[in-house]
Amino acid sequence: MNKEEKIWQYLEDVSDPEIPVLSVVNLGVVRDVQVQDEEVQVTITPTYSGCPAMNTIATDIRLKLLAEGFQSVRINMQLSPAWTTDWLSEEGKIKLEEYGIAPPVEDGGDIHALFGRDTTVRCPLCKSENTKLVSQFGSTACKALYQCNECLEPFDYFKCLK
Amino acid sequence: MHNHENAPHLHEQHFNTPVQEYAPEVKQLVLDYTLQLADTSFILGHRLSEWCGHGPVLEQDMALSNIALDLIGETRSLYQYAAELEGKGRAEDDMAYLRDTVEYKNPLLVEQPNGDFGDTILRQFIFDSFHFFFLKELQNSTDHRLAAIAEKSLKESSYHIKWSSEWVIRLGDGTEESRKRIEKAIDNLWPFSGEFFMMTATEKALLEQGVIPDYSQIKQSWDAHVAKVFEEATLAVPQNVWMQSGGKEGRHTEHLGFVLTELQYLQRTYPGLEW
Repeated sequence: MNKEEKIWQYLEDVSDPEIPVLSVVNLGVVRDVQVQDEEVQVTITPTYSGCPAMNTIATDIRLKLLAEGFQSVRINMQLSPAWTTDWLSEEGKIKLEEYGIAPPVEDGGDIHALFGRDTTVRCPLCKSENTKLVSQFGSTACKALYQCNECLEPFDYFKCLK
Repeated sequence: MHNHENAPHLHEQHFNTPVQEYAPEVKQLVLDYTLQLADTSFILGHRLSEWCGHGPVLEQDMALSNIALDLIGETRSLYQYAAELEGKGRAEDDMAYLRDTVEYKNPLLVEQPNGDFGDTILRQFIFDSFHFFFLKELQNSTDHRLAAIAEKSLKESSYHIKWSSEWVIRLGDGTEESRKRIEKAIDNLWPFSGEFFMMTATEKALLEQGVIPDYSQIKQSWDAHVAKVFEEATLAVPQNVWMQSGGKEGRHTEHLGFVLTELQYLQRTYPGLEW
């Protein structure tokens, strides 16, 4: 295993501070890892531009790699191409649902259409698709608030961002 | 995030889109314009943050705070870029906390007080209807960093414009009281809706350089969207209103001074203070 591959493996241990079941790799925020002359460069991209977790993620990545013996770690911030929920790994989506957060749903609608229909989101608890949107803005920038009409569970939906 | 020499912060960030090569006069224009965009998102983001804990219901309190956060996020990318363009060792916090009212170049609309929920919704609706269509075009800017910031913020803005448009419809076509409130807000705020489309000398020069989009096209999209939402809200679009301007050139209403007094208090009182 070369150094880059090893670093990707270490990054699997760095979790999202808001959703600890996801690693930063699952989340798709790590875009690139390069090692040159003992300097590690990790390129990350923000999920949302104001996400307060990004500083923590950058710090956690740095601390993890320093702890694994790398001397010099540089974190690059990449804005374009902008993060999309398509970069959330399949494994990440399964972990999210098990954790009680409905993963983003591909609804085929255009997010730029101003008055689209609401997305059908499956309840992470009872798996019913009879759910309703409570608020497009939830507990963090990346989540909307839904409620299940069958089991009445209120739950977070990791909203689609494209 | 003050970065002191030779002491890298744990969360020091480097953007991987480098600052482009510009002739000095063009660079100054791009810098001025980047600050104008940053100031606009910053002041509106700050205004929205004043709602935190005071929203009419919990979900809308969270919506207001979420939108504030997105705008402050956009602001940070823009101030960081401005600091890099300037190249004088200033950082994003210096831009936010140590510039005075005349140096702020935001349009007058965004510094207007929150008023009631109707005022806040209408202010947001006027802004979002500009911001959304503006970012769509700014993605094609010849300035790579501004294009990247626009690409990022557009996705967030598409949620904002849905939210404020739906609320205009709900308030306009709602109860007698809600209609009265939104109509009052329209009377108060409409004179501030035109400034977005009035081009300053800086903007005209940057349009020629291909850095910024032509506002007349954005105005068409803005008009069409406003007309559609107001029709559904059973509200009348005001006609022949005198439009205020001056904010983009540093001439502000008295409100901005109060905003900055509160927001810059700590850095003015304890210069260089860090968390």
